[in-house]
Amino acid sequence: MRITQGTFSFLPDLTKAQVAAQVQYCLDRGWAVSIEHTDDPHPRNTYWEMWGAPLFDLADAAGVMGEIEACKAAHPADYVRVNAFDSARGWETVRLSFIVQRPAEEKGFRLDRTEVEGRTQRYALRHRAGAL
Amino acid sequence: MGADAAIGQITDAKKRYAAGVLKYAQMGYWDGDYQPKDTDILALFRVTPQAGVDPVEAAAAVAGESSTATWTVVWTDRLTAADVYRAKAYKVEPVPGQPGQYFCWVAYDLDLFEEGSIANLTASIIGNVFSFKPLKACRLEDMRLPVAYVKTFRGPPTGIVVERERLDKFGRPLLGATTKPKLGLSGKNYGRVVYEALKGGLDFVKDDENINSQPFMHWRDRFLYCMEAVNKAQAETGEVKGHYLNITAGTMEEMYRRADFAKELGSCIVMVDLIVGWTAIQSISNWCRENDMVLHMHRAGHGTYTRQKGHGISFRVIAKWLRLAGVDHLHAGTAVGKLEGDPMTVQGYYNVCREMTTKTDYTRGLFFDQEWAGLRKVMPVASGGIHAGQMHQLLDLFGDDVVLQFGGGTIGHPDGIQAGATANRVALEAMVLARNEGRDIAREGPEILIEAASWCRPLRAALDTWGEVTFDYASTDTSDFVPTASVA
Amino acid sequence: MSTAILPAPTAAAPAGVAQAGLDLGALFTQSEVPQFLAELERDLIGLEPVKRRIREIAAHLVVGRAREMVGLICGAPTLHMTFTGNPGTGKTTVALKMAGILHRLGYVRRGHLVSVTRDDLVGQYIGHTAPKTKDILKKAMGGVLFIDEAYYLYRPENERDYGQEAIEILLQVMENQRDDLVVILAGYQDRMDRFFESNPGFRSRIAHHIDFPDYADDELVRIAKAMAEGADYAFAPEAEAALADYVRRRRSQPNFANARSIRNAFDRMRLRQSLRLFETGGAVDRARLATIGAEDVRASRVFAGGIDAPAAPG
Repeated sequence: MRITQGTFSFLPDLTKAQVAAQVQYCLDRGWAVSIEHTDDPHPRNTYWEMWGAPLFDLADAAGVMGEIEACKAAHPADYVRVNAFDSARGWETVRLSFIVQRPAEEKGFRLDRTEVEGRTQRYALRHRAGAL
Repeated sequence: MGADAAIGQITDAKKRYAAGVLKYAQMGYWDGDYQPKDTDILALFRVTPQAGVDPVEAAAAVAGESSTATWTVVWTDRLTAADVYRAKAYKVEPVPGQPGQYFCWVAYDLDLFEEGSIANLTASIIGNVFSFKPLKACRLEDMRLPVAYVKTFRGPPTGIVVERERLDKFGRPLLGATTKPKLGLSGKNYGRVVYEALKGGLDFVKDDENINSQPFMHWRDRFLYCMEAVNKAQAETGEVKGHYLNITAGTMEEMYRRADFAKELGSCIVMVDLIVGWTAIQSISNWCRENDMVLHMHRAGHGTYTRQKGHGISFRVIAKWLRLAGVDHLHAGTAVGKLEGDPMTVQGYYNVCREMTTKTDYTRGLFFDQEWAGLRKVMPVASGGIHAGQMHQLLDLFGDDVVLQFGGGTIGHPDGIQAGATANRVALEAMVLARNEGRDIAREGPEILIEAASWCRPLRAALDTWGEVTFDYASTDTSDFVPTASVA
Repeated sequence: MSTAILPAPTAAAPAGVAQAGLDLGALFTQSEVPQFLAELERDLIGLEPVKRRIREIAAHLVVGRAREMVGLICGAPTLHMTFTGNPGTGKTTVALKMAGILHRLGYVRRGHLVSVTRDDLVGQYIGHTAPKTKDILKKAMGGVLFIDEAYYLYRPENERDYGQEAIEILLQVMENQRDDLVVILAGYQDRMDRFFESNPGFRSRIAHHIDFPDYADDELVRIAKAMAEGADYAFAPEAEAALADYVRRRRSQPNFANARSIRNAFDRMRLRQSLRLFETGGAVDRARLATIGAEDVRASRVFAGGIDAPAAPG
């Protein structure tokens, strides 16, 4: 199972040079790049753990690449993603977000169903690696 | 073009209000020296006067018929501050290259309109004037809505930024598809198409405009099967997915019933058709705001009045009204697909939907600066006869903030619906990656697609099937300020 | 964003290039380096030895690129530098130009300059220094890190000084990430020498030393006139004589900082000119508004016993 969150999940895993090119694209637009990791990739798990503060005022991707590698080394079994934040009025949100590391085996999700009235069901997604 | 002195406003009250028929310009609906106020609503009409009708008088007539005038003088005008309420035509210019057509600029005082009501605005601006006999044809080209008026509307309930945050999807166009065939599938079969397309890589699937509650599929069945498909696809991909459940119905009560059921089932989005009317749109927009729902607008029927350049309403005006009324998604054309739309003109609609301030741009048909006063942005939707082989053109024309809908281009894939969806998603991501790396996608697009197809079989098959399909017909609704082009 | 004109290092050179030969002059022209050198010539008065050193380095870098293109051994060159000289001798200005040259030749990717001092790198408490230094290094990646008065990083009198931590991180990056940034250490010659004696790791990682001499008196006068011209002022003929006199006296007084002292003096002259015009009253025209008079120069404390004399206004 391959989780397809993030901008480039349908492409083969990006090489370091490809990641650096995307990071540079973000820096060139004045976006602050940040790195996050988690062991729970539930689509509604909005807040992954921050790997330090967003990196403001960088000119070159090399500064981000070092941090990405450090985060991956510290959390080899986690999902790691790179976000780029745009503070311009009218945006003030993430403009690009992509996964740069996945666990060796992606456990995926189980879909739990609860019957309610009529034919209606309640659905719950549970990460297979997480506590049930 | 200056006003003929003979048809200027009559200022002597005795003559002005004598019983009988005066020219509209004499009644005061033409003022060539008028300086529009920041709070005025401005409208630009394209008029084709009947033979022998002076263009200035035609402009005055448009101003008159869309504000206070009737065909004859009425003494009851004198009980009002008529000079304020009269709309003023203040500029007339011949349309470049279109003999017999004139652009007329008209200013309306803010007090002529009720706050927060598109129904009222449209009843004034397009209520009467389009049937007016002295005009052969009339078209509302553009409007400037003053901030004071914009602020009386709530606008899109979700908007581009919040929609992206809710969906956790950034940095690329969203992908959708309309279930096909649009009529006839049973609920169970319909849901199968939805599941396959979402699992294959699309973000959204969509009901078509005329899928409501027909004998072959009642609406509750459709909603239940579609939400099963959405939830199952989310579990398979770990990604937020959605299906635009069309809640269009015969009455408002029934629309609310369908909307409530969609919410109960956990859908993140509902859709209505433009033909439900302005009041229904504003009401359902309020409902969406209360219920954290994205509102998808299918512009069903617009072609009856937006397509012909001589008569009707430009879609850019419809887009402006819809941003005020409050929709989150709006079908705004593809430029490259099977439906009408000149690329520059279509980009103009996209600007109306997406910018914080829309700047005057004649080549894109935008005649006014429009400040949106913090109103959220509408996500345009490109739908109709587009396929993966056009990905570079679509991304180059429209950028990231658009939903690209490949209906036939997904469901008609030779290797199945999942393969069709995957082909589109891979083509899209490969193109975004390449663009961000600094490649010139407009030029290198086909090459980039072929590179991706070398490791993605579904994309290879899609390119083999549709790579050469184009819809290269001249557009009818084009700017009068540029040579027109077709990108296909 | 501009990108490097010359190709980045490649492993193997195309055989065609190796045989056909390269036009060095064309390479040099394409690199836009001559443009930077011309700007340097135009913008910087004097500094002849510095300009000569920069031409040398630029030529060396172009030749390095050419060698790469024909497949000769090069290795990633060490480009870290020291700029030594007294305050106000143009070190920062030249560092900016150097960053541009390195960028055009493809030795740094962005060509920006991050200028810091000890306080930007060294923290106040345990665990504070490493993140601070790394933060600056991340900002400087792709460009030039200019460390003014770099020797203050080393405080031998305090054995627990956090500066040592910054030094170690710097040395590591200077060695391992030579492709990512160029470090320029700046400051007084003698202190820099002593700093290197205690930190030989720096000396071995630095390829180019550029010494910035003090400006001669006539050069400082030219600098003042250029500053005035740039700000739409001009010195009256008597004021020019006063200016020469000012430069001669100022040099022997404390805290003399070459061009920087001239910049400060010029700012004070403008203030005095404004006050004079204001107090004189009457009509002012373009010429009067634009002219610095001898009195605006001579009212300086420099003429009244020196900069340390009891403060008079201005």
